[in-house]
Amino acid sequence: MSKTFTLDGQPIPFSTGQTIIDAALDAGVYIPHLCHHPDYTPHGSCKLCSVIVNGRVCSACTFPAAEGQEVLSHTDELNEDRRRITQMLFVEGNHLCPGCEKSGDCKLQAVGYYLGMHDNHFVHFFSPRKLDASHPDVLLDLNRCIFCTLCVRASREKDGKDVFAISGRGINKHLIANSASGLLKDTDLEASDRAAHICPTGAILIKRTGYTTPIGARDYDHQTIAEVSLERERETHDG
Amino acid sequence: MRPFIQDLAAKHHFQPTRLLEMLREIQARDHHVSNEAVELLAEALRIPRTRLIDAIEFYSFFSSTPKGRYELRISDSITDKMLGKDALIDYLSEKLRVPVGGVRSDGLVSLDNTSCTGMCDQGPAGLVNGHALTRLDRARIDRIAGLIERQVPLAEWPSEFFHAEDNIRKPDLLLGQPIAQGEGLKAAYARGLNQTLAEIDASGLRGRGGAGFKTAAKWRFCAEEAESERYVVCNADEGEPGTFKDRVLLNAFADQVFEGMTLCAAIVGAKHGFLYLRGEYLHLYDKLQTILAHRREAGLLGRGILGRNFDFDIEIRLGAGAYICGEESALIESLEGKSGIPRNRPPYPVTHGYLGKPTVVNNVESFFAAAAIAVHGGAWFAAHGAEKSKGTKILSISGDCARPGIYEYPFGTPARTILDECGAEDVLGAQIGGPSGTFISNREFDRLLAFEDLATGGSFIVFDNRRNILDIARNFTHFFAHESCGFCTPCRVGTSLLRKQLDKIYDGYGSAGDVAALDEICRLVKTYSHCGLGQTAANPVLTTLARYPEAYESRLKKISYEPGFDLDAELETARRLANRSDAAAHLSQTGE
Repeated sequence: MSKTFTLDGQPIPFSTGQTIIDAALDAGVYIPHLCHHPDYTPHGSCKLCSVIVNGRVCSACTFPAAEGQEVLSHTDELNEDRRRITQMLFVEGNHLCPGCEKSGDCKLQAVGYYLGMHDNHFVHFFSPRKLDASHPDVLLDLNRCIFCTLCVRASREKDGKDVFAISGRGINKHLIANSASGLLKDTDLEASDRAAHICPTGAILIKRTGYTTPIGARDYDHQTIAEVSLERERETHDG
Repeated sequence: MRPFIQDLAAKHHFQPTRLLEMLREIQARDHHVSNEAVELLAEALRIPRTRLIDAIEFYSFFSSTPKGRYELRISDSITDKMLGKDALIDYLSEKLRVPVGGVRSDGLVSLDNTSCTGMCDQGPAGLVNGHALTRLDRARIDRIAGLIERQVPLAEWPSEFFHAEDNIRKPDLLLGQPIAQGEGLKAAYARGLNQTLAEIDASGLRGRGGAGFKTAAKWRFCAEEAESERYVVCNADEGEPGTFKDRVLLNAFADQVFEGMTLCAAIVGAKHGFLYLRGEYLHLYDKLQTILAHRREAGLLGRGILGRNFDFDIEIRLGAGAYICGEESALIESLEGKSGIPRNRPPYPVTHGYLGKPTVVNNVESFFAAAAIAVHGGAWFAAHGAEKSKGTKILSISGDCARPGIYEYPFGTPARTILDECGAEDVLGAQIGGPSGTFISNREFDRLLAFEDLATGGSFIVFDNRRNILDIARNFTHFFAHESCGFCTPCRVGTSLLRKQLDKIYDGYGSAGDVAALDEICRLVKTYSHCGLGQTAANPVLTTLARYPEAYESRLKKISYEPGFDLDAELETARRLANRSDAAAHLSQTGE
């Protein structure tokens, strides 16, 4: 750990092969992200972790840390643009926070709060999206999917299954389940699978657990996503 | 179905990398890829069915629901539109009684739009079951409709319907003196491979796909990788609207392109090469296979090339309708049988390319030029062109000019010279480098064709003063929204927001704040997108907004806020239900 780069002027040590976001996390610095989780192969699609590396915009979750890099992350400009990117995710899907049982536990919502998002800014798409309630224990609500592929990666990398995939092109992208009928009930997904619990939004929900933790006592009701992320993701990462 | 799929999978050696080829064959036979086909093929290839479903939904030329036995697609490129495409597709729709985007109830024919088919010099153009149709007009459509109604097989259609002219108008350094078969390789071995790489370096050749990375440096990096397996890929996924020079190079000079690939393989130490041919150029496929066969017979491909200890062969892979696959890492994903989603970089293809192995990906024209440089030397090439852009550039010129076609110019040539020579008059502006490039107005014709000024992959579209700037920007903006792969948020959502925002202004529902909002979306898409598609998707709006702000302003309402729709029209259903049409049941738009 002799090598360092600077992040917003602060020296950050890193080891060879580490990405900027991993090194920052180890050093206790939060960089906003949604599609990234240290337990899974980096994806680089949500672009919330965009940082400026030696003057160039890069995704902190996929870009390798290097000696002497100058990285900017928590600038007003970057955080404003991250807010816009978050707003893009909100208007693309159908996110009804007050009625969502994931409210208070949702990373998308928590990032919105963290970035000071007070409205949706852009015109809503109101795209019709499906809901699959066929599985006895797990509900799939595509209205809330943000294509982070964490469920896809968790299923493949941790559960050793291939339950989920993202299909289609452009704005018509959608999550699909791996069964002949296309229904979740015909896949080999079990409620105990990692894939069923990794969703950062309310797209994949465990049935009959919605309000076991009441609103007001949930993760992001008491802590910001920065605090939760540094606490939990460092834990899992070290473990 | 089962025996067909089994045979198909066996023919492709059960290789999931060849998934697109297999899906193409299923689509050609059944005019869709059924659930049953998906299940059987996934089982045969031992891959998740979701990979097949993704590919079917990703590529424009695959369909999960049945298309017509005659699948008609009409090119929606701006040049086709300028040649009257919109009226023609309506006529076709009426004549064949099939809606655009639909299938006729008897299943005989389906009709749809498709992105630029690379026939801009002889449009309006289209595709029927993947085969290119050129010079469409009402008379030709009448005949086509008759052939379809009588269910005449494509093989019996008049060959002139499919005829594609090369239209080489101005040959120069490269097009003027093509090399003889084998000449490049023989010269390279005579000189020595290392010395030949040095010659390519000395030539200053930069990649002709548009990005302009030094070709010799790319080859050297690949050669230096500590891996035994390497690949050479020729990017013939020429999808930039207004570009068709690779089509002509492959039709008229394929031997020289293959020679360039083989030369690259000899230098970097590759055994396998791919020509990734865009699906729209299916008409070239058989001819190219024949040329490859001749090269094998001539000892220029296969085992022991030129009697040396050098084995290399080239496989042709067809795309299936996705502009993004022109991006080199998306192209590699597609070669691996997946949907074309650009990879994260680093690592770059030159170290981690096809199947994770070092891979050189170059444009058709780059290989074509490299083969000539091997014969004539680096100085010959470097003596032409501009300081940072050596040699010549082959352009595809289309739009409002008397002589559309292929032109070769030394880099450093002013736009004005090009416009004069192709017979452009009363010019409003020109789109250099296609939608992802730059729109220059008629006040900028002294600008130079070169990496240091107007970089281009070859698309050069001329617009005269009859044309409307917003029509052009709108066509290009819709194109990008349609072709975004959807991987990253700023491009997936941003290109659609851009389309909506521009349409709002185009349709006359914009107010002053909407232009500022448009500008903001442009900046976000450009700055944060994952790959070149998103990073350039806002260029049509940005370059026209900078030059013709009045074209945008003229469409705006003069009030501070304008809803993006017609308030009164939205009440129509309510009025009908209430059986009212009196004045009080109508609503005037604010500010009117």
